[in-house]
Order: sequence, then structure tokens, then C-alpha cells
Amino acid sequence: MTTREKILGEVLQNQPASLPLPDISRFQGNEPDVVQKYKTVFESIGGKVFLVDDFSTMKCLLRQHYDTSKRIATTLPELGFELISPDVDPHTYEDVELAIIRAHFAVAENGAVWLSDEVMGQRIIPYICQHLAVVVRAETIVPTLHEAYEIIGEGTYGFGGFIGGPSKTADIEQALVLGAHGPLSMAVFVMK
Amino acid sequence: MSYQTTTKDHAALAEAFIKDEERVDWHDGALWYIREKRDIASKGIPEWEELREAASQIKSNVISNLHDYLLQFEANLKKNGIVVHWADTPQEHNEIVYAILKAKEINQMVKSKSMLTEECGLNEYLEERGIGVINSDLGEYIQQIDNEPPSHIVLPCIHKRKEEIGELFHEHLGTEKGLSDPTKLTRVARKPLRNVFMPRRAALTGVNFAVAETGEYVVCTNEGNADMGAHLSEVQIASMGLEKIIPQKKHLGIFLRLLARSATGQPITIYSSHFKKPREGQEMHLILVNAGRTRQLGRPDFQNSLKCIKCGACMNTCPVYRKSGGLSYHNTISGPIGAILAPNLDMKRHADLPFASTLCGSCSNVCPVKINIHDQLYKWRQEIVKEGHASSTKVFGMKAMAWTLSSSDKLDKAGRAGRWFMQNVPFVVNNKLNPWYKQRDMPEGPKETFTEWYLRTNGD
Amino acid sequence: MNVGLFIPCYVNQFYPNAARATLELLRKSGVNVGYPTRQICCGQPMANSGFEHLAQDCNNTFIDNFAEFDYIVGPSASCILHLKDHLHSDTQEAKATEIRGKLYELVEFLTDGLKIESLNATFPHKEGLHHSCHGLRGLHLAQMSELNAPPFSKPEKLLGMVKDLEQVRLGRCDECCGFGGVFSVSEEAVSVKMGKDRVRDHTRSGAEYITSSDLSCLMHMEGILHRNKSNVKVIHISEILNASI
Repeated sequence: MTTREKILGEVLQNQPASLPLPDISRFQGNEPDVVQKYKTVFESIGGKVFLVDDFSTMKCLLRQHYDTSKRIATTLPELGFELISPDVDPHTYEDVELAIIRAHFAVAENGAVWLSDEVMGQRIIPYICQHLAVVVRAETIVPTLHEAYEIIGEGTYGFGGFIGGPSKTADIEQALVLGAHGPLSMAVFVMK
Repeated sequence: MSYQTTTKDHAALAEAFIKDEERVDWHDGALWYIREKRDIASKGIPEWEELREAASQIKSNVISNLHDYLLQFEANLKKNGIVVHWADTPQEHNEIVYAILKAKEINQMVKSKSMLTEECGLNEYLEERGIGVINSDLGEYIQQIDNEPPSHIVLPCIHKRKEEIGELFHEHLGTEKGLSDPTKLTRVARKPLRNVFMPRRAALTGVNFAVAETGEYVVCTNEGNADMGAHLSEVQIASMGLEKIIPQKKHLGIFLRLLARSATGQPITIYSSHFKKPREGQEMHLILVNAGRTRQLGRPDFQNSLKCIKCGACMNTCPVYRKSGGLSYHNTISGPIGAILAPNLDMKRHADLPFASTLCGSCSNVCPVKINIHDQLYKWRQEIVKEGHASSTKVFGMKAMAWTLSSSDKLDKAGRAGRWFMQNVPFVVNNKLNPWYKQRDMPEGPKETFTEWYLRTNGD
Repeated sequence: MNVGLFIPCYVNQFYPNAARATLELLRKSGVNVGYPTRQICCGQPMANSGFEHLAQDCNNTFIDNFAEFDYIVGPSASCILHLKDHLHSDTQEAKATEIRGKLYELVEFLTDGLKIESLNATFPHKEGLHHSCHGLRGLHLAQMSELNAPPFSKPEKLLGMVKDLEQVRLGRCDECCGFGGVFSVSEEAVSVKMGKDRVRDHTRSGAEYITSSDLSCLMHMEGILHRNKSNVKVIHISEILNASI
């Protein structure tokens, strides 16, 4: 008997009589102003939100808020920075100061954006950069995670993730410190 | 590296921890602060109690259909190109990890937070075989360089003061002596820890949720350390206990809404990463580990403990945990949940843990999956006594007390108006050394008991 | 209405005044109270120590003493909860089941059973209310701070009817005092530390008296107050509700 058969046999023998799954369709958000809610929540967890009309406004803001003399990588050709290549060794992005990528949508109740590897350029990008900027369309913001998973569905990605702010730790005496291993800051550009 | 093992029980270890009262007060306050943040977060969600109920029911469904979900999960993992392994024991788990690394001639690995691999003693096992492991979670890294296990499943070094961490960093990272500012300490650790990720070809993570329906698994961190390791590695390993399965992807909506709010009061962990397929050129392995879980599944009174999503809320709210520190539980998982999980693994060794509680019940109320933790602590006590793990003096004392308290005649013979109680209260025989009196007095026995008064006056 | 008065063993021995106050309160409320004088113990000390199986004689003694009453009322949330959850019998389980359904802690009997709306009591002091965990989380005498649910408090409602009484606000409204039965000696260090911290919350808030529906918590806190020569006193809630100047 293999380990697999042994474990499965014990599970089958020991599991109790089957209990049904609950109906969770009643859980849904009813936030009237998801954009405002998103902004409030995301800023409360240490992120920054910019409401912008188009890429040219966004470019101005980027120049104001980031050191553009350092390495900036993006998946968005509209911005005119270095484009992220899916084909190079991910380690080569270690010195990226600012990464700018698109998110599929954002969640108002917790400030998170949903990104899959289809929009990251490389999976490592939003984690390895010193600062992260994400573009999200205002009309895609959903109230809660329940709507979020409805949109995600099965998905065609190999990797996807919610990101809800700059990397943080409170491991030393519960003192909140932004920028543990990952980005020191995170900005979300909500585009109308 | 191996942790110092202890033969002391919870009471003795707690007593030692409490000697430094200023530290205890700080520890208690820090954890209570997290409990308060959890209260605020949960009260911001009107449907909070319904979410807990739904989560609990989903987990009941998982526990009662685990066999089929495991098969479904395995089939979907394979479809996604993930290599599946099964481990019945911690030893088997460690052997599998070693074999994966050996095949690639890898001798350095980075590991994000995983209580399961702590439970398995993976680091020690690999290090004995020449493979270095670095814990990348900051708190776990601090515990690792101090050669101590984590004291809390979410906040591994919550029992340490910043000055002690400064001293450790001075010794191990060469920082200036006397540095104790948390922000500065975190910043100085950032660079060496980021440098750890770069040359490591293998990364191991734990698993928070494994979706049977899609064959993907979710890892939650705040630091981003799981992702830094995983996305730079050529071999990615995930270790999970069998109970981490959830049926459908939409159930993540329930669990992710509950997890971080319960754990730290955050609306969601900063990173909730869904791993489904390996990156081009990358190998991805998932190890399904039993390590006693099927045995717990077979205990009707205790099988619900397998619902745990490891948020740590029961620790933060537990007054015993707050006053005694996680290391006093001498088990990888400490606190109330640890005290109901540990006896399943080794009842004799952990016979003290279900007694390290006042049964106040706060743990069950904060539990996001509604595990009846304090009821299980009570039931473990009965089980431990039945299995003969109570000390012989305790057994004798209890028998004597049960006999005396079984009828009025017997109590009369034992003495009236508090005398019997003065010699026996509260509930110990060893009255000469009765610990009650170390820091407390007993009330003075009144002239007559209520019963004596009632008999004398007929209650008027 | 025949009410059987259940006076837990340690209350009988150490706190006869609380027992008398309970009896008087019930009589004042127009209830016919009987006190079986052969009663002993609820069996909780054994059961919480893992020796529930040794409590069988204790349980039968309880059943023999109380089976005849319409209600059984006692001034101890902890003992009442224990009986509600664990009173069983090898020989008279039907009676045990019936008894489990008619057990009341004093506060819940006054509020839910007798629906008391006013009291003729005066207690001109500052008082801190200690919720016993078994009363709070077991018998739901008040809302639990962990839950997202509407607030209520049966003991506070009753205390609110007492003239000249001032209730103080605590930093932590329903934290455990650390008594825990056998825990108080088997985990002496933790128990005392919890007790000291609980007492400090009351003294800092200016309480002259700490009250509760459980004397076991009060006995533990009194032991700490007394050892530290504090002026703060403990008093069972029945004695406040029954107090006159």
C-alpha cells in the first residue's frame, strides 16, 4: 500500500457523515460609492490613491512623485518607460525602482487590487520593485471579495494575487513598518 | 540547529515568564491591542457573525467529504502541472523535500512562514544533511537566529522586546550596538534578507487555502516574502496539512474576509497569492501532509479542530496566553488552539496543555470558523485523565474529594464551617504547600455556615 | 411556584451572607423557597479537573435533593452552568434531564423568570461589575465583547434599579479574573497575575466594591485584595440587590 492509499483510506474511514455546503449567495456588498470607499480604505492601510482622467495626467503625477532617473519598468506602452519582458531572468529586475502595471479590478472593502500574471509582465515584478504603481479603471471597482471572485471565476492565469498596500511588517514590538521585503510604497491610479 | 527541548510543564514555564512582570504587562498589552483591532474590524462588517457561521459550515462540509476533495484537488493539481506528493509522517515530509532538492543539487533554500514545517522539524532535518534554510518572514528570521521556535503563529517573536532584537541584529547582522527602533531594525534587515532571495534556487511556502475545484493554492503574507522566494526560484515547494482544502474558489471570498480581520484587524493581508501553474521553466511541488490529522479526524469530539485557519485570534484574546507567553506551551502551535491540537499528536507529552486554561470561552467567540475550543479543552481533560496521564497524587486527591463531596454525612464528618475547606480548598490535597496562599489569602471561615444558620433559625 | 435554593458548597461555608441575601431576595419577590439541607456540591471541581466520571455520586445527591422543585435557583453562575451542561445520571437520567431545564442563576431568574422591574434597595457606593466567564459566555447574562451583536446586560439592568449606586467603567469589560477552579492552584502564577490585573482595572476605575454573580471569582480577587491590604471589598450581587441603609 502506498502512503497515498494509506492516507486516503484513513480519511475515508474516519470522516464523519457528509454535511452540506451553505448557500453563500446572500453575501454581497451594497456600497453606493465604491470609488470613495476604495480610496478611504486603501489610504488607511498606507497606500496612496490618485484619481486621474488619462495617461498624460498620470505621467505628470509620476514625474512629481517618483525619482524618474532610476529604473522604471512597466507593461503599459502609453507611459513611455522601459517595457517589462516576459522572457528574461526575473532576477534582472532586482534594481527596479518603480514598477507600473495594470490591475484587472480593485476591491473597495479592503483596498486590494487583483492582478494576474497576464498583466504583471513577470510574476516577480510587483513584489521585487522598490515602489509599486497600479492602474485600475474606476468602473471595475467592486464592493467586496464576493463580487471579486465572481469576476475572477476559474481564470486562465498561472498565478494571480490580491495586493492590498505596500509590503508591511509589525513583527518587532507590533510597531507597523512599511517596506519589509517588498515595495516600500504602493500607489493606485484610479482612471475614470 | 535544534531548539532547546524542555521537560518543564506549562505552569512552570509560565511562572518563569511571569517573573519579569514588566515584560508580561507589555506582552499582554500588545496582544490585547490586536484583539481590540480585531474587534473594530469585525464590527465594521454587519454580516460578521453570518460569515463565521458560513465559514464553519464550509469547513464542516470539507471535514465530512475530505476524501473526495483530496482526490479532486490532486487531479486538478496534476492538470495544472504541479507535482503532488503524499507524506504520512513529518519524517516522510522531510524526506520528500530533501529528495526534491537533492535531485536538483540544491543546497540552499528560502522558506516563508509555515507552521507545518516547524511541526516537522524540517530546518533541522535539512541542515543535518548539508542544506541551509533561511526563514524569510522577519519574525521567524529573528526566532531562527535566536535559536528559538516561534511563540505565536502570526507574530512569531511577539514575546521579544525591541532591545533584545537589536542585540540579536548586532550579533548576527553587524548592526550598531544599542539600535532598538523598530523601523530602523526592519530597514537594516531588509537588505540582507532581500539578498537571501537572490541566489536561492528553491523556495518553500506554506498553504493557507487549497481549492479543490481548481487545483490552486493561496498563500497569505504581509511582507511579500513568500512571493519573493517563489517567483525567483526554479523549484517551488508548498507543504500543506490535509485539512487546508476548501471546496470552491468562491469560498475564498468568505475565508479571506475573515482571516486578516481576525488575525490583526487588517481588512486583508497585503499579499494573497493564488498559485496555479508553474512559471515557464520552473518546477512546482505540493506535499500533502497527514502527521496525525487523520487520527484527529477520527475523534468526534475533536475533529472540528481541523477547521482552524491559523489566524491566531484565540491566542490574542486568551488571558492565559497573554500572561504566560507562547513558548510556555512547548508546542509549535501554542495558545488555546495549540492546546486542543497537541494532545492528538502526543497525549502524554502535552497532557498539561488542556489544563492551561480557565475555560473562559473567549477563544471560541473570536474563532472565525467557530471551533468550540473551550469545550474541547474540557473534553481533552476527561480524555487525558481516562488515558491515565494525570499524576497519581491528583488522582488520589480527586477521589478523596469526590467521596467527601458525594453526600452530606461524609462532609459533616470531614468538618464543619469551613474547616474541611480550609484544609482542602481549592481542590488540592497537598495543603501544606497549597499554592493558593503564595500570593492570596482565603476568606476567614464564618461562625456558622448557611446550612447551620438555616437549621438553627428555620430560615427566618 | 416552588423554588429550590441551591447554595454551592463553598458559598455555604464561606459566604453565608450571600446565601441569606439570595434567600431574602427570592422571598421578597413572592416566591415560595425551599432549602434542602442535605445538598452538597455540583461536581464541577472534579469535572473541570478531568474527573467528570467521579462526579456520579455528587450528581445523584443533587438530583435527590432538587428533583421535586419547579425551579432551582443558585447564586453562582459557574455551578449552574456546570449543572446545565453536565448533570447526568446512570440511574435517573430522566430526572437529570428535567433538572437541567429548570436551573437558573439568580440574576437570570430575577430578570427572565420573575421579570423584576424595580427593587427596593439602596447602596451608596461606587461599584465595579465583574462578569464571570461562565455567567457571560455560558449563561449569556450579558453580551460578549467578542461578538458583533447588540449589547445587553442583565446584572447591569438589576444594578441600575439600586438607589445611589454608581457603576464604574472598566478598561476591559469582560476579561477573565483567572480563578478557573483547579487552575487557581495548578497554574498559580498565571492565575494570580490575571487576578492582580483584573483587580487593578477595578481599583483604577475608582471602585469601592467589586461585585459579580459568581463568588468564586470574588473569592480569588478578595484573596489578592486582602493580601495586598487593599481597602476595596468584594460583595456578591445578591447582597447589593438586597441592601438597605
